[in-house]
Order: sequence, then structure tokens, then C-alpha cells
Amino acid sequence: MGLYKRKTIYINLHRTIIIIILLVAIIPLVFLGETIYYRFARTYEEKIEDQIKYRARSQADAMEVFLRERTAILATIVDTHTFDYIKQQENLSRIFKVISRRTEGLIDLGVIDSAGQHLAYAGPYNLKGLNYFRQAWFGEVISKGKHISDVYMGYRQLPHFIIAVRGYSNGQSWILRATVDSDIFNKLVRTAQTGRSGDAYIINKNGVYQTAPRFSGKILDKSNLTLTLFGEGTTVAEKIEANGQTKHVAGTWLKNNQWLLVITQDVADEKGGLLTTRNTEIIIIVFGCLAIIITTFFAMRIIFRKLEEADRGISELNEQLIQSDKMAALGKMAAGIAHEINNPLAIIGEKAGWMRDLLFDEEFQESENFKEYEKSIDKIEEHVERARKTTHNMLGFARRMEHRLDDVDINNVLNQTIELLQNYAQTNNIAIQKDLHPDLPIIASDQSQLQQVFLNLINNAIDAIQKDGLIEVKSQQDDSQIVISIKDNGRGIPEEHRKKVFDPFFTTKETGKGTGLGLSVSYSIIEKLGGNITFESNKLEGTVFNVNLPIVTPERK
Amino acid sequence: MDMFRILVVDDEVDFLDTIVNRLQKRKLNAAGVASGEEAIALLKEQLFDVIILDIKMPGGIDGIEALREIKKIQPLVEVILLTGHASVETSIEGMRLGAFDYCLKPIKFEDLLQKMVSAFEKKSTHDKKITDAKIKELVRYPGRVFDQD
Repeated sequence: MGLYKRKTIYINLHRTIIIIILLVAIIPLVFLGETIYYRFARTYEEKIEDQIKYRARSQADAMEVFLRERTAILATIVDTHTFDYIKQQENLSRIFKVISRRTEGLIDLGVIDSAGQHLAYAGPYNLKGLNYFRQAWFGEVISKGKHISDVYMGYRQLPHFIIAVRGYSNGQSWILRATVDSDIFNKLVRTAQTGRSGDAYIINKNGVYQTAPRFSGKILDKSNLTLTLFGEGTTVAEKIEANGQTKHVAGTWLKNNQWLLVITQDVADEKGGLLTTRNTEIIIIVFGCLAIIITTFFAMRIIFRKLEEADRGISELNEQLIQSDKMAALGKMAAGIAHEINNPLAIIGEKAGWMRDLLFDEEFQESENFKEYEKSIDKIEEHVERARKTTHNMLGFARRMEHRLDDVDINNVLNQTIELLQNYAQTNNIAIQKDLHPDLPIIASDQSQLQQVFLNLINNAIDAIQKDGLIEVKSQQDDSQIVISIKDNGRGIPEEHRKKVFDPFFTTKETGKGTGLGLSVSYSIIEKLGGNITFESNKLEGTVFNVNLPIVTPERK
Repeated sequence: MDMFRILVVDDEVDFLDTIVNRLQKRKLNAAGVASGEEAIALLKEQLFDVIILDIKMPGGIDGIEALREIKKIQPLVEVILLTGHASVETSIEGMRLGAFDYCLKPIKFEDLLQKMVSAFEKKSTHDKKITDAKIKELVRYPGRVFDQD
């Protein structure tokens, strides 16, 4: 695949992965945020509703208590005093004084007989002598025993309401009536007004303000609330104002469902906390998304850079493989050529040798060209030798190029190699001692190349000893590698040669005895098999070569 | 050194003749045959000390096969494998079958001679050991002399 094509694929892949990661990461995050916000908002709203409901209920209770207390005071007076006594102005004034001292909220007190005539009055207005017979509340008190009126203007032309209780003495009904201080009542209702936008007021069942609302309206104005919204107990409703603001409206009926206590609260005002929470959440989600996006982009960039590096590595490896394939093919060809040349070369060499043999017969020695013949034969032999070295090197090269993996038992290879060289060693009176680790693992390696390496090393050891000595061949396992050491007790490698032992064509053997390729070939073979060769040398103790091979477990077939 | 008997086996007749000539020129007792089959036939009739054996001989049995047969007929004969076709596998196989050495063509005549001498020395030592053992046996059991071959 071309590098360009690969790059396009990577760019597409890059884009796809980024989109997938972003979708997979961001969608749940947004969804989670939305869900949490929704849940939180619901709970918050419920709480707000509960709160306003509770306030309406408790405020209504307080109002009821206020009205009941005042009614109870009047009832007590009616029950404990006779009409004859109480209709006396001075008596009523005294009682009013006592009440004013003990309780607040009542402005005046009056006694009215069954004909509606105001007989006695204690208070700031001059209402004595007025007749209430035609007033609606008068009949109500006479028939029901007590009455709390709506707010009205009355004779005094000020908004107020009255509490009236019926008395009964000497077969006659009479009425004790008190006016409730509108200011005090209003103040009491307003204690339920909260915040900048909260309101609290009372309206009657016709929708008329009984106390002054904080906004939009005056006492006795008509409210625009739809009263049918409010049922038994306490009801909370939402109301959208003309200016678009939404309000929570809680209402509780009191005074026998005559009055409705209304508490309102601006929703926006109440939800301030909720809005802050939502904004915080949005900020967190936005930052979270940004972090995800940035991280994804950077991570992808790093990953793809690594991938491209790996790709480059692979293509380099491929090139190496192609190269080594080429070399292997070349190696095979070289081997073929070398083989084909070796036979004729051998014949030429032997024929020249035969000519030399014959040249020393007497009849030729006298020939005047004897020297010339001899020189020519020398030259032929010299060049055969040259060609021989070339073909042998080619064969060595060919062998180095073949590379295949077998299941190799190192001890087995060592045994075979030693067997191969045993005769040669014995003729030179050299003993080969084996110390092989009994259970070395089978490894995936190249048997014939390893054999060549061991052959080279043991051969070198024999050459180093020359005559009479000992070679120790040892195999052992060390962590993840097998170590093979071949030790001779020869004369060691001189200091100045140590750096060059693995160099190609470096040899200390006589010309023609060694090509100088043995160790360098061995070195490259072992390197190719993933191992390495090291050596230690010492003039007195000789040389030891260590071959370290990685333990590569063979694939099961 | 005693005259030792050499057999050269090679299908390359030019090479075979020359080698045999050169050996004979040195007053060595050398014979040559051009195939494995001929070598086996000859060995059944005649004793040899050292055999120079080519491995690749197209047309007949190859050197490794010949070596196997030779070692059956004359186990004590020393065989030097000599070939233009080197492969590690055949060399190992050859050594396993008891070849004395393995050489790649072309080889210097002097080197080949040297190897032949080493092979002969080894065989002589071996022969001597056997002779000595036989003598010991004879001394210990004089009556058994006729049981031995």
C-alpha cells in the first residue's frame, strides 16, 4: 500500500474515531447534566411550593386565632354582663378601657338593642344614636349569634370591619359590637410578605381586597384573582402577570370560607438559587466537554503519530525482508555458480599438479624452457587457489543467507558438532569435554547455521591449542537465554587482535589456511538469530567464546 | 610409512585419472573408479585403507549412499568425502556415517595427501589395537586361536 493512500486512510480513521469518541463522551455528559438539572429543578420547585403552602397555612391559622380571640373577648363580656348594665355609657366605657389595656386591635365598642339603636358607644367616633337595623350584618348577628363583617367604609368613611356578638337577657336580644383596627390587622397580614416581590393579603369571596396588597391595588378594590382556583385547605397556583412574570399564588380559606388569605411570590425571585445552580452546571459541562475535546484531539494526535512511526518501522522491516530475500536468492545463485566452478577448478588444479609432477621427470629437466613451464604451472596453481578462495567464500555467503527456523535442541547440535570434530581433535591429542545442561528448552532457531557457528568456534579452539590440550563445551540456561561457552586452554588471543576477531577477512592463520570469514560469519549468524557472541581471552588460561541465544519458543504446528 | 591402499571414487573422470596418476607417481598404491556401484563391487574383492569419495555422482548412487554400503563391507576403511557441492546437512550426515573428514573441491593436493596420511595413521592405530587385542586373547586362551577369523 502506498504511503499516500495510507495517509488518507489514517486521516479518515482519525476523523471517525474523534467523532465517535466525542459523541460517546459528550452525549451522556449532556444527558446526565440535563437529567440532574431536571431532577434538581423538580425537587426545588416542590420545595418552593411546599414552603409557600406552609406559609399560607400558618399565616391563615394566625389570622383565625386573631379573629377568634377577639370574638371570644366579646362573647365573654356578653355572657358576664346584663344588658341593663352594659347599656349604661359609663359602664361600657369602663369595660372598653379594660379591654384596650389588655388587648390591642379593637378601636371601639358599642351596644345595640334589638331595634338596631346604638345605645352606648366607647371609642373615637361619635356613633351613638345611629340605627343599624337596616345594615346587613345586623340581621345576621340577631339570627346567628355572632358575625365578623367584611371590610367596609360605613359611617366613618374609613375601611374597617366589625365583630359583633349577640347577647340575650330579660327576653330581649341585644348586640355587642367592636371595630377591628384596620392598621393592626393589615400589619399582621403583611408579616407574611417576604422578599422583594412577595405579597400577602386577604380578599373576600367576591374578590374584594380586605387588606391592602403590597402591589397593584388598594383596599376594597376588586382583585383579578380567579377564586374558583382555590379549593379546600391550601391551594397553590401559578399565575402569569401582565408583564410576563410568573408568580406562585397560595391561598387558604378562613373565617368560614368567607375570606381568602393570599400569599404570592415571584417565581424568578424564588428560583434564583436554581438559576445559579443551572449556570454552574452549564459551566461545568462546557468545561468538561472542552476537556474531553482537547484530550481527544491530543491523544489521537499522539496515537496516530505512534502509528505512523510503527508503520515506518514496518515498512523499513519490509524493505529489510525484501533485501534479505534478495540476498537469499543471490546466495542460492552464488552457491550454484560456486558448485559449478568448483569441479572444473579442481580438474585444472589437479592437471597443473600433474604437469608439475611430470616436469620433474629427467627428460624435462634438461629442456631449455623448464623454468618457464615451472613458472606457468606455479601461476596456474596460484590462480586456481585464488578462484578456490572466491568460490568457497561464495559458498560461505550462500550458507549465511539461508535462514529457516527449526525446533532446535542445542545440546543435540553441540553433540553432532563435537562428533564431527572428534577425529580431528583426537589426531592432535585434544580432548573435548562436555558439560551440557540436561534440560535445555527446545528453541526456534536455525539448526544448520548454529552447527556452522559451533563448528567454527570448536575448529578455532582446536587451531588455538594446536596440539595437546583441552576444550570445554558447556551449555546452560540463564533467564531468557541459552548460553553456550566453548573454552580452550590455548595461547589466548593477543591484545592487539582482540578488537578485530569478528572483522571479515581477519585471520592469523597462514595464508591459505583460513579465509578470515569464520568468526564474522558466525557473528552475523548469531546476530540474525537474535543473540550475540562474546569472548574473554587470557594468555595463561586461553580463550572462551560465549554464544548467547534467546529462548524463542517454537510455534506449535 | 608402509604402502597404504587408496581408492578414489569420482564420476568426473578427468579429475579421477589425474588424482590417481599423481598418487601413483608418488609410488602410492592407488586405484580409481567412476561410480559408487563400481566402488562397492571392488571393495567386496579387495581391501583398502583410505577412500576418497565424491558425494555428488549423477547417474548412480550418491556418495552418502555409497559410504553407507562401504562401511558395511569394510567397517575399518577410512573415508574422506570430497565434493564440489558443500552443504552442511550432507557433511553432518557423512560424519555421522563415520567419514574421517569432509573436504571441499578444489583442494590443494598437499592438503589432501596430509588428510590421507592422518586417516591412514588413525586406521593403523585402530588396526594395531585390534591386533594387540587378538594377541592378548591368544595369550590368555591359546586354544581359541582357531575360533578367531
